[in-house]
Amino acid sequence: MALLEVKNLKVDFDTQDGVVHAVRDLSYTLEKGKTLAIVGESGSGKTQGAFALMGLLPKNGRATGSIRFDGKEILNLPLRELNRYRAERIGIIFQDPMTSLNPYMRISRQMTEVLEHHKGMSRSEALAESVRFLDAVRIPDAKNRVHMYPHEFSGGMRQRVMIAMALLCGPELLIADEPTTALDVTVQAEIIDLLVDLQEDFHASIILITHDLGIVAGTCEDTLVMFNGEVMEYRKTEELFANPEHAYTKGLLSAVPRLDQKVERLSTVSYEFMAGARKA
Amino acid sequence: MSEQDVILQVRNLSVHFNVPAGGLFGGHKVLKAVKNVSFDLHAGETLGIVGESGCGKSTLSRAIIRLIEASGGESVWMGKDILKMNSSELVGLRKDIQMIFQDPLASLNPRMTAGSIIAEPLQIHNPEVTKAERTKRVAEMMEKVGLTPNMINKYPHEFSGGQCQRIGIARALITRPKLIVCDEAVSALDVSVQAQVINLLMDLQKEFGVSLLFIAHDIAVVRHIAQRIMVLYFGEVVEIGESEQVVMAPSHDYTKKLIASVPVPDPKEEMKRREVRRRLRREAAAAA
Repeated sequence: MALLEVKNLKVDFDTQDGVVHAVRDLSYTLEKGKTLAIVGESGSGKTQGAFALMGLLPKNGRATGSIRFDGKEILNLPLRELNRYRAERIGIIFQDPMTSLNPYMRISRQMTEVLEHHKGMSRSEALAESVRFLDAVRIPDAKNRVHMYPHEFSGGMRQRVMIAMALLCGPELLIADEPTTALDVTVQAEIIDLLVDLQEDFHASIILITHDLGIVAGTCEDTLVMFNGEVMEYRKTEELFANPEHAYTKGLLSAVPRLDQKVERLSTVSYEFMAGARKA
Repeated sequence: MSEQDVILQVRNLSVHFNVPAGGLFGGHKVLKAVKNVSFDLHAGETLGIVGESGCGKSTLSRAIIRLIEASGGESVWMGKDILKMNSSELVGLRKDIQMIFQDPLASLNPRMTAGSIIAEPLQIHNPEVTKAERTKRVAEMMEKVGLTPNMINKYPHEFSGGQCQRIGIARALITRPKLIVCDEAVSALDVSVQAQVINLLMDLQKEFGVSLLFIAHDIAVVRHIAQRIMVLYFGEVVEIGESEQVVMAPSHDYTKKLIASVPVPDPKEEMKRREVRRRLRREAAAAA
């Protein structure tokens, strides 16, 4: 049985200017221990699709369709029931590590809180476990740094803390929403490499949401390309890069200058395609 | 490239900031954001400045054209040191050197129409141009950057990010400057829009023969657009050279790390690069 099955997911927002269809039709399957990348530009619906899964949509958002996690329907579950999935079975890493950590709380308390609440550990057990996880995400001197505040960490280190927190309860699924977008490219490479290593150690399934096709290559087994709330292409990553089928995927791949190739002129995603898709 | 066509000579430029040293009575300490930077820029050339956040690349670009005051050194524009110019000379300089900023929407006045934003530099620097002529030039420039002249009375919020950046480019080009400083001019844009704006910049550069100082954190973008690349690290130039040379055979350890970190959309290539990164990390750990 697949760990996660998303079928015909739709996400709509009621706004002053009418209904916005953020996700029009999203379906995918994620097996246990596998990795999936969801790629799209801003406004493609890649993040809202994942937020619907976690019950994180804002009040004016509505999700319909089906999301089955480990065989059980979890879309639009009441908060009380959803909370048992969050953190314990599904972890999430957000784009901006500064705004997703509590600036008034020491890292130690933010981490032990999770373990005390979900795992019923004592404070000292939870602290030891937290240090172990900070070690796992390669934070030097974790034993002392666990007592620091978020502002005492650099952006890359904060994102490591976020990853450690997401992994604390041993979730079966880890959702990483643009985990490296706010980071410098050398730090980005370290975080992505870390995620790849952790995936091998912890065997969690990963959904990596990103706008950057580059970080998907060599990271995820499957790739799903979204545009305008719909799936453009969904295949094995290697096949998708070797032989992109959809015009949009081709456009995205050739619009980015590559370090390993020199082109005279960048090709652009054709206006006709974009206009046609927006109208539909 | 000959010695004659050098339009900008930067020599030993430094920028120091006083920052609080911590505590209420801690006094201040000196942060050296830019340290002894020297380079030449030629007419019609694009020089890319690459570095990560906090390396001083924006500070450097602003100090060169005196949007902030340098602490030492020279920035010689056509034989005259910008850092010693008086205010009327500076106004004249602004006609020759224009700037394009990172955030396309934030760098446009929300209460001005696209037409008046693009016309403003012309009004200031070429007051002799009649209103009719100005409108004509604005419409021409809008077409050149891929905007339609019927957008002339629209406000910035009515445009997309890519279109706002086109307005910024039109505004920079309208006075026919000799140098445009592009500070992360394409990094806020989606990749499909980014490609359009990069192509536009390269086309316009060919047409107008303007020099570009192209500052960006993305070395792949810089390599595509620039003939030469300068790599900044903690305020210092660690490497400067022909783009292909810097990318294919980097000499400094930091440049090597930077290049190995750039993701390449090719799974096999990316696996190889991950191995290179792991090796570099092991070497760095062993050295430390």
